[in-house]
Amino acid sequence: MTYQFHINGEAVEVQAPGMRRLLDVLREDLGLTGTKEGCGEGECGACSVLVDGAVVDSCLVPLCQAEGASVATVEGLADGEHLDLLQAAFLETGGAQCGICTPGMLLAGHAYLAALPAGQEADDDAIREAIAGNLCRCTGYTKIVEAIALAADRRSGDSAGA
Amino acid sequence: MTLRTERLEPIFDPERSTREFAHYTIGRGDVDAAMRQADHVIEGTYRVGHQEQLYIEGQAMIAVPREDGGVTIHGSCQCPYYIHTAMTKALNMTSQQVVVIQSETGGGFGGKEEYPSMIALHAALLALKVSKPVRMIYDRHEDISATTKRHPAIVRYRTGLSRDGELLAQDIEVIMDAGAYTTLTPVVLSRGAIHAGGPYRCENVRIIGRAMATNTPPNGAFRGFGAPQTQFAAEMQVNRAAEVLSLSPLEVRRRWAYREGDTTPTGQVLRASVGSHEVLEAAAETGAYERHRSQNREARELRTATARIASGTGPAMAWHGAGFTGSGEVHLASVASLELTDDGRIRVLTASTEMGQGTKTIFPQLVAEALGVKSDEVEIAPQDTSIVPNSGPTVASRTAMVVGGLLIKAAAKLRDLVEADTGMAFADGYRTFAAEHGPMRVDEQFSPYPGEPFDDKTYTGDAYPCFGWAACVADVDVDLDTGEVTVKSAVSADDIGRVIHPVLAEGQVEGGTLQAVGYATIEEIKLTDGRYQNDRLATYLIPTALDAPRITSILIEKPYSGSPHGAKGVGELPMDVAAPAVLDAIHDAIGAWIHELPATPERVLAALAGIQAPLHPGVSAAAPPKP
Repeated sequence: MTYQFHINGEAVEVQAPGMRRLLDVLREDLGLTGTKEGCGEGECGACSVLVDGAVVDSCLVPLCQAEGASVATVEGLADGEHLDLLQAAFLETGGAQCGICTPGMLLAGHAYLAALPAGQEADDDAIREAIAGNLCRCTGYTKIVEAIALAADRRSGDSAGA
Repeated sequence: MTLRTERLEPIFDPERSTREFAHYTIGRGDVDAAMRQADHVIEGTYRVGHQEQLYIEGQAMIAVPREDGGVTIHGSCQCPYYIHTAMTKALNMTSQQVVVIQSETGGGFGGKEEYPSMIALHAALLALKVSKPVRMIYDRHEDISATTKRHPAIVRYRTGLSRDGELLAQDIEVIMDAGAYTTLTPVVLSRGAIHAGGPYRCENVRIIGRAMATNTPPNGAFRGFGAPQTQFAAEMQVNRAAEVLSLSPLEVRRRWAYREGDTTPTGQVLRASVGSHEVLEAAAETGAYERHRSQNREARELRTATARIASGTGPAMAWHGAGFTGSGEVHLASVASLELTDDGRIRVLTASTEMGQGTKTIFPQLVAEALGVKSDEVEIAPQDTSIVPNSGPTVASRTAMVVGGLLIKAAAKLRDLVEADTGMAFADGYRTFAAEHGPMRVDEQFSPYPGEPFDDKTYTGDAYPCFGWAACVADVDVDLDTGEVTVKSAVSADDIGRVIHPVLAEGQVEGGTLQAVGYATIEEIKLTDGRYQNDRLATYLIPTALDAPRITSILIEKPYSGSPHGAKGVGELPMDVAAPAVLDAIHDAIGAWIHELPATPERVLAALAGIQAPLHPGVSAAAPPKP
């Protein structure tokens, strides 16, 4: 079967069985290895991507469900060597240690930021809720929460200045 | 031919096992006489279960056959040279025929110390057979089923006290469940036994450690390496002593915690770099210990029979020896090197791996500081055994202190050489020097730290060059209906010597604290007939961002004079201290002691009811009867 969808803004066409895991399509068929596999059963969130803006575990999503959708992966965040706001915040606060949860965390963080009304301050509990489906074994989550709050703060600073 | 097999009765209880993998006796003073003189003798038996490292990146290896008949290994690991040794022995290859290249590793926590050698070997055997590259990736279920866990342990403890609150004697028996094979058990037991007294001055100590074989999957290295098991027991005894003496748990620790000049159970005199009292006061103050305890007391007095939530606050302390135990570093004889290439680049050559803890950040930082150049002028050679020397395994919180120390010494030599030749500051002259002289390499080999050598036979002497010191104050809510424990906050103060990179060091404290909170509350392997029952991520639970307490890390610096930069190591220390703090906080909340980890709802409800929970942690249930 042939499926058409968008990845990080670019149209792609994939020929593969419809029940092939989106994770395998991304990593193996399209060579986008930024998305990681931690458990393969929807528990760890390492393989999180955004499908039409919603955080999903790509190990549980069959390719056929991506038909016509807009998929965002970690590869779409940076502009060349220029990190996006959230990536820069992770780097600055120490939000990434081993890095395996980081791609998924970044996308879960982006979904949180996208849903945060402009001008509203980031809330520690709400950030934790937003990343509760993404396991990290290195950081104790402290610096990840700090990073997302920092990005939210800078984003609202930017929009206030704009 | 006929083959008749007979099922033997499996051994699941290490105390019933007759096969011993390791045994140590440590002691000083006269424990029996001191116990006879004691006004109070507190006895306790403490049990802890398995814990899974649960690095988010599972174990994986690639083996590629080489033209010389050897094999190149790529994969996720902490110790490339462990794999190298395993391969040369198992495949009867020369050291040139085996090349091991570490891939940037997605977490280890001890779980990728030893086991990667096994997968590398399996992949290599297949690759050699088919003359093609072979990749083996464990899925999460295979990973949890097959790889080693933290050892379950039983610790029997007697503490002798005088009426006026002096610690007179400690009599400790540590029994670790090794599982079916030896693995790293002897060294895990050794560290566990040496730390079993906790960070407290005591003139009469006897510690007997035994590791027993059982018919369960083998156990191995996990952050803390035996010390979290025994120090849980040590801290529980201190808290119970405080209760018997009618002293606050904080006050007892103020009286007993080691000070400079004190002597440890192996006869090691703590000459310097003892931050025990500083960490205790820092954690107590930042954790608002006294205020929270008095609020909890008031709430307890007003609590009605229908109350649902009880709050508690608990302290704990720990010590953690930096680097390999005893003569370990001398036997390793690690080498770290610095290279000035002919095109004027400065390269760090070590086998120390990056797995998120920051090796690749702090090495250039330390070398740059020693050479007087910028960090980004220093690069790191890949962890490839055909390129880098054996700087030892990336374990035992040794990388910053031991290997970092070797690099600083190598940098000083390189700097002197270049500056003497060029008459310029290193930063200004090294490129010219390289262009004129060609490549230059300085190898620095480990030389023993100052102090009394450790005697492996008598278990006396300096067990470690120095110790890290930690204190934690945890706040919990206990649901009195369900028995569920929520750890609300944890303040961990850690003396790690000179802090090299504050953000990375805090990250170690925060991550270690959460692993310890998981160990204290939810992480447990259940076994039936010697097999793991919850061998998937859907059933072996680790804390999420919602389960995690608010963690505050406080770094205390009591530099170690034996290393050129004063660092002592940070990775394992926080893992030792948070679990007993949580258990003491539970006692503050509900007034009952829980002697087992983790403090699951079942164990909390049993403690509230004054009964023993039916299953001890770490012990396999028998096979269900055949229908």
